[in-house]
Amino acid sequence: MGRQTLVSRRAVLGAAAAAAASSLFGPLVGLAQTGTLSRAIPSSGERLPVVGLGSWITFNVGNDPELRAECAAVMRAFFAAGGRLIDSSPMYGSSQAVIGYGLRKLGRPPSLFSADKVWISSGSEGPGQIEESRRHWSVPRFDLLQVHNLLAWEEHLPMLLDMKAAGRVRYVGITTSEGRRHEEVQKIMATRSIDFVQVTYNILDREVEERILPLAQERNIAVIANRPFRQGALIRSLAARPLPQWSEGIGAASWAQFLLKFIVSHPVITCAIPATSQVAHVKENMAAATGRLPDSSERRRMVAYVEGL
Amino acid sequence: MRDWLTYRLSDLLLFSPRTYYRMLERHNQAIWPAQLLALAFGVGILALLRRPGVRQGRIVAGILGLLWAGVAWAFLWQRYATINWAARGLAGLFAIEALLFLWAGIFRRDLRFSLRRDPADALGLTLFVAALAIYPWLAPLTGRSWQQAELFGVFPDPTVLGTLGLLLLAEGRSLWKLLVIPIVMCSISAATLWAIARAGPAP
Repeated sequence: MGRQTLVSRRAVLGAAAAAAASSLFGPLVGLAQTGTLSRAIPSSGERLPVVGLGSWITFNVGNDPELRAECAAVMRAFFAAGGRLIDSSPMYGSSQAVIGYGLRKLGRPPSLFSADKVWISSGSEGPGQIEESRRHWSVPRFDLLQVHNLLAWEEHLPMLLDMKAAGRVRYVGITTSEGRRHEEVQKIMATRSIDFVQVTYNILDREVEERILPLAQERNIAVIANRPFRQGALIRSLAARPLPQWSEGIGAASWAQFLLKFIVSHPVITCAIPATSQVAHVKENMAAATGRLPDSSERRRMVAYVEGL
Repeated sequence: MRDWLTYRLSDLLLFSPRTYYRMLERHNQAIWPAQLLALAFGVGILALLRRPGVRQGRIVAGILGLLWAGVAWAFLWQRYATINWAARGLAGLFAIEALLFLWAGIFRRDLRFSLRRDPADALGLTLFVAALAIYPWLAPLTGRSWQQAELFGVFPDPTVLGTLGLLLLAEGRSLWKLLVIPIVMCSISAATLWAIARAGPAP
């Protein structure tokens, strides 16, 4: 099945830089301009930093000017640390508008990789919803559009692929979370020409390791890991426990970094998208995208340690 | 429908507790001193309960219709909808209840509110007084600012609670129609508050 990707000049330059970085740092993990670890999107070769920014709950702050300013500060810190991919959805209340506010305030950072979703049960209303989302973000087009939780995917996915063919979006994907409808996700991955799949993957929720991640590798599909901290619950439950002494060896100075490094050290994961409303946390998260990543034996040790707590 | 069944209640809580409670605070700041008017309406209803009659029923129903319409427009439509896409549907329910009060109480003259010495009336009066005088204290009692206090006639939850209490004190052929939306709203509010209580601070 052919994978036609309309590649912009920015993407070509990014891919060229990535190829150069790959030759220096290996085929899977490379270094972005700020020293941030990055991975290639399999369908294009364009590289993305391994840590992105989610917006579920944290960016849904309505018209509250103080909270909007906090979100913009989070975005500023994210871009300053080399971040690129921001993910949102029409389901997330005012999050898209708040992202748009932040982007305008930051002068529309050119490094942005905009990832949004279509989430509506009527296929005919999909294009209108996407256009409304685009206006909220204030972007000329999205880099990635995904069918949110497979809602009406049979209607939305052909429309998104048409948009991609027409150059109105660069990548197409599907999402699920918390293990929902994995059989259907696999069916789509196996039969449709998608660029991205977004699934829940963290140190305790590893079901996707069995079938979805191998299939993504086989089908050259980039993988976004959502709910890296189980919406903060993992961090809260681990906060009172000590980090293992050996975590220094993998460059993890906090539980957030420990958990993120576990996720992004899986060779098929393209990036994780932790959401936060705090600048300190986004800096901490982005620091997990630097330094070395655990190898497979260290990953097993990380799982055993957390499961044993 | 099959897709909707895959969502849990916590999946539909779209905002953090901090965002929600700051929204209450900002609403209180924006509408001040309308809270005093809502409080006066509540106290007025309490006083009217001692004077049952057709005129009393029309006045109480009119006040309730006004308050439900006010909450629908000023809070649910204008403010809550900015963080919850379901809020406009809730505003619609509040608007319908407002119209039902006007229809049943004013046009049909079908509502009477009275205090009898029976358990249902005692419960009704307790609920109404709790909504009017105790609910606003929940904010400071749970460690939040006074500015986040929720008043009867201004915010949905105490308005629903107080209305349920008043309907327990009411007589009329339309009573069951008036009870449906407050009971539905009670269930929605309870589920939302439960999800907020379970949610931790935003990451």
